[in-house]
Amino acid sequence: MKCQYMDFDLETAREERFRIIRGEDSRVLEECVTCYACEEYCPYNNHPFYMIVDRQEEKEVWPVPHPLTNQQLIVMAPRGRIVPQKVQSPVINMCSFPMLVGSIRGKLFEGASTIVGTDIFCNIMWLHFAKNSVIRERVPQMIDNIWNFYLKDSGVDEVICYHDECYGTYTHLAPAFGINVPFKSVHLFEYLTQRLDELKNEIRPINEKVAYQRPCSNRLIPETQHWVDDIFERIGVDRVDREYDRENALCCAGTIQAMQRDELADDVQRRNLDDMEATGAKYCVFNCPACFTTLSYQVTERGMTPILMSDLCHLALGE
Amino acid sequence: MEYAEILHRCFRCGYCKLPSDYTDLNCPTYLKFRFETYSPGGRMWLLRAWLNDDIKTSPRLAEIFFSCANCGNCIEHCVFPEFKADLLNAFVAGKEELVNEGAVPPSVRDYLQAMSLHGNPYKLPEAERGSWAEGLGLEPYTDQEYLYFVGCAGAFDERGQKMARAVAGLLKDWGVSFGILGAEERCDGNEVKSLGEVGLFDKLARENIQVLQNAGVEKIITLSPHGYHAIKNEYPGLGGDFQVYHYSQIMGSLMEKEKEFKNDKPLRVTFHDPCYLGRHNWEYQAPRNVLNALPGVTFTEMDRTKVNALCCGGGGGNFYTDVIGSGVDSSARIRVREAAEVEAEVLAVACPKCAKMLEDAIKAEDLDEKLRVMDLAEIVQTRLG
Amino acid sequence: MEEIYKELQKIVGAEYVSNHAEERFMYSRDMGTMLPSMPDLVVMPDSPEEVQKVVQLANREGIPIVPMGGGLVLSGLTRPLKGGIVLDMKRMNRILEVNEVSRYVLVEAGTSQGMLQAYLKRHHPRLKHSCPDAPPIATIGGNVLIHGSGHLSHAAGFHSDMCNGLEVVLPTGEIARIGSCSTSPYWFSRAPLPDLAGLFMGWDGTTGVVTKLAMKLYPDRPFNDARVFITADPDLVPDVINRLAGAQVGEDLNSAINYRPGRTNVFPIVIITYGAETKEELTWKRNLIRESVRKYIDERTGGFVPFPPDRRKAFLQAPNTMLTQFADARRGGGFEYVGSIMPIEIFGDAYRAGVQISNRFDIVNGMGARVIGLAHCMMFFFGYPFNRADESDVERAREALEASNEAALKLGGIPWKAEAPAQQQIIKHMDPNTFELMNRIRSVLDPKGIMNPGNWEVN
Repeated sequence: MKCQYMDFDLETAREERFRIIRGEDSRVLEECVTCYACEEYCPYNNHPFYMIVDRQEEKEVWPVPHPLTNQQLIVMAPRGRIVPQKVQSPVINMCSFPMLVGSIRGKLFEGASTIVGTDIFCNIMWLHFAKNSVIRERVPQMIDNIWNFYLKDSGVDEVICYHDECYGTYTHLAPAFGINVPFKSVHLFEYLTQRLDELKNEIRPINEKVAYQRPCSNRLIPETQHWVDDIFERIGVDRVDREYDRENALCCAGTIQAMQRDELADDVQRRNLDDMEATGAKYCVFNCPACFTTLSYQVTERGMTPILMSDLCHLALGE
Repeated sequence: MEYAEILHRCFRCGYCKLPSDYTDLNCPTYLKFRFETYSPGGRMWLLRAWLNDDIKTSPRLAEIFFSCANCGNCIEHCVFPEFKADLLNAFVAGKEELVNEGAVPPSVRDYLQAMSLHGNPYKLPEAERGSWAEGLGLEPYTDQEYLYFVGCAGAFDERGQKMARAVAGLLKDWGVSFGILGAEERCDGNEVKSLGEVGLFDKLARENIQVLQNAGVEKIITLSPHGYHAIKNEYPGLGGDFQVYHYSQIMGSLMEKEKEFKNDKPLRVTFHDPCYLGRHNWEYQAPRNVLNALPGVTFTEMDRTKVNALCCGGGGGNFYTDVIGSGVDSSARIRVREAAEVEAEVLAVACPKCAKMLEDAIKAEDLDEKLRVMDLAEIVQTRLG
Repeated sequence: MEEIYKELQKIVGAEYVSNHAEERFMYSRDMGTMLPSMPDLVVMPDSPEEVQKVVQLANREGIPIVPMGGGLVLSGLTRPLKGGIVLDMKRMNRILEVNEVSRYVLVEAGTSQGMLQAYLKRHHPRLKHSCPDAPPIATIGGNVLIHGSGHLSHAAGFHSDMCNGLEVVLPTGEIARIGSCSTSPYWFSRAPLPDLAGLFMGWDGTTGVVTKLAMKLYPDRPFNDARVFITADPDLVPDVINRLAGAQVGEDLNSAINYRPGRTNVFPIVIITYGAETKEELTWKRNLIRESVRKYIDERTGGFVPFPPDRRKAFLQAPNTMLTQFADARRGGGFEYVGSIMPIEIFGDAYRAGVQISNRFDIVNGMGARVIGLAHCMMFFFGYPFNRADESDVERAREALEASNEAALKLGGIPWKAEAPAQQQIIKHMDPNTFELMNRIRSVLDPKGIMNPGNWEVN
């Protein structure tokens, strides 16, 4: 029983799982913090987490108060203001993080095009809100937008996903939900690794300890995890050994706060930050902008520097 | 008028009058005159009213505009990000209009006349521009790494000359490769520009650029932050692209090399940020690096520092025109009181205009016994023994 | 007027009197929508004695006199409607005494909010005053005398409630002290004496010139935080406010809803700030706050927005610069609002009235409320940005403001720091005997009618 937030013995866990499959009420629907981890843990690719979310929606077990969900549904809705734009490879998909477009700079991203906005928002975040229906409705539209407004006429057939969530959406969730994706998605980390190899002679090893905050969206795509180590090796940082990393990573707790479960969020954040701090890490490295926003203040308070993976690479290149 | 389109967007909320923690009034003219008209927001509204013919040209209006010290406190603290950067540009554009109408205060008129006729505000022959360097054995600029540019105050003002010589002496002692233009140097034009005499500025700047380019100058060290600002930010628009450094930046980097400081006698020092180095060009660290590297020096910040530093009142041409005037509420006098409050023995400066303004203020405040003004180079020299 | 000008120069010094067109222009208007009205003279006194002499002169000559603090009221209350002298009080900005034990500060009336805040931070870091969200150059005197409110108003009421006493120059030139300071060397309270402060608060400068005030101070806690509650129903807000206030841990409690014509979805937010001595106490208070609205969380009809700590800190900023920035919403440098003091329970009705006005005038309406006292009432505001360079836009905002004043009165609220036209609207709704009493008091205090004439008068 690997779930880090619900305490079941194996037998009860199995029983709860069957209840979910049978469409019955289950404690899990109430208590799940929606960290995605069971998607990674399931050895049979049975998508236990997607089923939890489907059942939550069917049974109207809303993890987050309605106004929070509904406001986000409006804020993140496609605006329909997208216009066709010629792009050239590499095309960096910045999802709905316009504030991070400034990170696409320097040698790492020379010649890159960026695409950004709510009209290409990956929409995977509705997994936290028991809104698979929104995912089913909006994701095909987003894929269509990326393809038809940017890639098709530009003769480009792949995008670099800046955020794990987008890569997870197009390579893991879409197939699981039966949604066709006409373009290839490349994970940012794979792209960074390649670029760092090309810029090998310009790298000045950082020679610092770093703690990595693995985001929940990476649970959908654990096969990309090794790129983190590959990048760290190339830029000369030491990924500290700590309890809450890799398969045992803890959620940043932003979602848990949205669920109004403050005490649990406090506990999760405290354990995670204690664990990082004890290693003497200088940097806490993020890839997920949401985790960065949620934790960066407290990371700083603990004497570490919060930094996005791409910015850490810029640092190694002296930029 | 250029920038007229932003005038109506000023709400006149008054953040521009204050430093970021709101401690005290930080706009030199509002501090002195206290009428709303003399605040940056007042100027925005008056300029709009004047352009709309709601008020007429008058000596009062001229005083209100030409007293502005161009210190940049308003830009720093205005809460409207979309147009705050152009506040001073709007005021200078307003002054340009007044200059074109001939509606300037008498002291501004005299200053501009002197600049036009003599090329300097001191009405001295330009041939004497290089006399500040007499006896120092400085080389004329030929192909050295840097040109050392002293500006009008460094060339002609007694206090400025002292400072120009101190900096030159130090650069020479430390083996910096530099030369001077001597009588060939022309006024950098910064004050002329800030007073709205754009045509004259253009002429002075082009003359300087020509001289500098003919001499093959690539890197310039300026004595005055005002000259630094003009050459760094205004000259490129007129075809003059040079690498420009304020002398504190050069000194800051030289301090990293081992120096033999023979004097480590305790000395309490505070630093007055010059507006054209700080708020206009975001250089706050270099002068502090110099002071912090000196043995025996205890460096203490005043209450208002860096982006919040209170201007000495000498900017915007006021060093020469004195439209702001003196009095207990003049910013220079308040500034030296602040320095005395932190019990500094030395008020360090990095600008010849600040040096003179603050020295006069120390006398007016009767603080001579407790506090003296020294430029960074002068302090370093005393530490070298 | 030339003779008066010379006499004034003798009183305050030549450099602090102006009859120049520039000052007359500037002091004829504020940032709101009211039309300008020119003063003859602008005077900046430096002491109560100078104020006294100016008032005596004005009284002798029958010249109108208008006291002005920061001049940021927005509703044109410092426009000299009948000419005369504008008395800019901001040179009188000395902080005279801080009593740490009895927690009060004595200031000159022209002391700015920002200056007092900075002074306390530096010299008395465990104390703070209730700072309004007006820009920091706003004065203590001006804000208290209009019944202002601020970042401690949820905990402690209107700023006028926080005033321990006054020194005032009466329209006939006498200097009077109000509160404990009239009888004791301490400025500790207005009780137990007859509360004469009411003769000067809310009168918009029509009864005298306040030169000094003592204000209550409050603990400045080392740990502070904010929580933002969101719902989708404006009619839930009164109960949410009531519950949050009932927890009795908040310092400031505000609500905000922005409305644009045609908007269909609204999500009113309620922001509560609180402070503590330790992090543990802060967490404990957060939990108390959350539990006070547990009903809505369990129903899923409301909840707290999971803003990270640095975003939450923005809500603690006093004054909040974002409110001033509303002036550039239309790239036009202007906004004005009707702040209406009203009971909490009509929040939903007030919101709907605002929507109606917004749609009618096709104008953005920044609405919200600051809760006063432990939800004993609120200052509900209808705010309209306008483009100062477009007279038709200013006129539209002016009409929306008039409609908002009328709507507020109809709902049972009372416009705060009301513009002269709004004062007329209030008088129409007021018990005639009350208005008669106001007039009798004024005629006793100010027999020559020199104090800010044109205000609180029937046209």
